[in-house]
Amino acid sequence: MSGSLFTQDARTKARNAAERRFRTYGLGAIILALLALVWLLISIFSAGLPAFRQTFITFPVKLEESVIDKAGNRDPAAMAKVTTVGYGKLLATALEAEIAAKGIDLAGVPPKEITDLISQESAATLRNMVLADPALIGTTVQFRAIASGRIDGYYKGRVTMESAALDKNTSPEKLRLADNLKAAGLLATSFNLGFLTMPDASDKRPEAAGLGIAIAGSFMMMVVVLVLSLPIGVAASIYLEEFAPKNWFTDLIEVNIANLAAVPSIVYGILGLAIFINFAGLPQSAPIVGGLVLTLMTLPRIIIPTRAALKAVPPSIRDAALGVGASRLQTVFHHVLPLAMPGILTGMIIGLAQALGETAPLLLIGMVAFVRDFPGGLFDPAAALPVQVYNWTQRGDPGFVERASGAIIVLLIFLIIMNTAAIILRRKFERRW
Amino acid sequence: MKDLVMETRVDAQTVKIEARKAQVFYGQNHAIKDVDVDILDKTVTAFIGPSGCGKSTFLRCLNRMNDTIPGCRVEGKITLEGEDIYDARVDPVQLRAKVGMVFQKPNPFPKSIYDNVAYGPKIHGLTRNKAELDEVVEACLRKAALWNEVKDRLQTPGTGLSGGQQQRLCIARAIATSPEVLLMDEPCSALDPIATAQVEELIDELRSQFSVVIVTHSMQQAARVSQRTAFFHLGNLVEYGETGQIFTNPRDPRTESYITGRIG
Ligand SMILES: Nc1ncnc2c1ncn2[C@@H]1O[C@H](COP(=O)(O)OP(=O)(O)OP(=O)(O)O)[C@@H](O)[C@H]1O
Ligand SMILES: [Mg+2]
Repeated sequence: MSGSLFTQDARTKARNAAERRFRTYGLGAIILALLALVWLLISIFSAGLPAFRQTFITFPVKLEESVIDKAGNRDPAAMAKVTTVGYGKLLATALEAEIAAKGIDLAGVPPKEITDLISQESAATLRNMVLADPALIGTTVQFRAIASGRIDGYYKGRVTMESAALDKNTSPEKLRLADNLKAAGLLATSFNLGFLTMPDASDKRPEAAGLGIAIAGSFMMMVVVLVLSLPIGVAASIYLEEFAPKNWFTDLIEVNIANLAAVPSIVYGILGLAIFINFAGLPQSAPIVGGLVLTLMTLPRIIIPTRAALKAVPPSIRDAALGVGASRLQTVFHHVLPLAMPGILTGMIIGLAQALGETAPLLLIGMVAFVRDFPGGLFDPAAALPVQVYNWTQRGDPGFVERASGAIIVLLIFLIIMNTAAIILRRKFERRW
Repeated sequence: MKDLVMETRVDAQTVKIEARKAQVFYGQNHAIKDVDVDILDKTVTAFIGPSGCGKSTFLRCLNRMNDTIPGCRVEGKITLEGEDIYDARVDPVQLRAKVGMVFQKPNPFPKSIYDNVAYGPKIHGLTRNKAELDEVVEACLRKAALWNEVKDRLQTPGTGLSGGQQQRLCIARAIATSPEVLLMDEPCSALDPIATAQVEELIDELRSQFSVVIVTHSMQQAARVSQRTAFFHLGNLVEYGETGQIFTNPRDPRTESYITGRIG
């Protein structure tokens, strides 16, 4: 080679150009991906954040003994006979009386329809409150009623005067009355804790729908997945990596594990339906079945990174331990496993996060059912977060669009927490060798 | 070469390890062929030979570290004090506590210096309490000529030491289990001349308690530290005898050309 170092020859120029092109493509791909992510997040958050706020109407309610407990003996069985209709009337009267007392302009809403401003769910809430604490009967309580979906939507910009005019569920007059209530301090929008604690509600009551049971169900399933797949997955990986002889049989197992990790998750749902529900007779919609199905799905996804983490531990460490007379098991548990821990934990948490977001297999085992009661245990029906999202997107009322996006935000927050935990744990366990 | 040979007197000593017709195969590769060797007690034996001739392989046979290599097969008979170490009744773990090893590349555990040395005594239950363990750790680090350098930082990671210090730490770790035989695979290849001299001094001291087998590429080192030398070539044990004789008066022409630098 001759020539000055200050001038580039044709080959060098071509190579540099190729490198520049490659960098541009890479940067372009990353920018594209980031834009897609930002767009996704913006659309989810703008649609979902309103779910965390809720409009409430607060007014005093006199809990008339004559309505709630005619006999007056506080007999729970007799009191339970009073349905939400009775409580609904109580609320309607109370709200009407409060509006009259405060001298609020009805804005043309017929007195009979004032009650449309509050959610039908409120009567049930009040009923539960009274049944839980019969001492309230006869007293006047300050009751915070959830506003109906349309009123709530009005304050979140979903419902306008124009759309209300065409809506048979509400009217511009009612919106104006709501504005009057707001001016009088009866109506206010505040943080919606109920979204995280309440059970799902029926198609007509998006304002009362919450994620409580879905969060409980997902949590239980995650516990099942963690408790089963961590020991089984790590033990299987250690056996395969450190103890199993290398022969055609272990090769076969290895290929199968890799294949299982790629099997579509819905297949695990079919498997779970056949094995756990039809064969073993476990109940449908139960977190135990969901947990077992997700465990099956997660195991190969944990075994693969765990084995990779074990493989990444330098053999010289194993030699060193064996060389001072440690047994194979001591070598693994004293030296190899601690070094592989960051990788194992990361794999574990990513596997769990995938399981948390998995929907398809849960649909097949009946986790899509409408559940109103909190599960008392692993065998009671429950919902799951991703299925709840799927469920809500299927419903007609526009209020559910907001709820579904809100549920996605909750799911994302859980995933972010888990991934952060993975990073923190990895940092904590990281060591040099 | 003559001036380098230390004229150490070799007593009539007992045979510690005896190999007869030892063969090692890596799959189809016949790496060790018909090796017969008697390793004496309280003696330093050096294995020399060109790269790839099977020194490490044979060394690893002596404490069954070859067991961990898939496809590796050992035939023939190797005995430690008359007991066949490849007998089905032998637990290699127990064997390795008696036949310690220092590897070519320093491989301290990614734990503290103290834990590195204490690990062997701990798992073999050699000490009864912390004070005793502390004593063992100090004694071993002293023997490995490392104590003065690390006594103030026993709790810092062993991997944070320099290469030479790490190798001495590995030696300390190996002698902490009080083995009967110490196998060293090129222990000084990562050390500077000063650390090498320290390790050689250490080997000479260790000779009073153990039988030491050392693989080395340095003729000078073999001549300085060993009493007996084995020359390997292409998987064969070409010549084995007193170090002085091997270096001054080799019987085999291959040995002569190797030690004079003509093959290797
Ligand atoms: N793990 C292994 N698998 C297969 N073959 C091996 C393995 N280790 C060593 N061998 C082969 O065995 C022969 C002897 O190797 P060995 O490592 O014992 O040589 P050595 O004398 O220690 O060489 P060096 O001086 O370079 O360390 C070589 O041909 C090598 O290729
Ligand atoms: Mg070698």
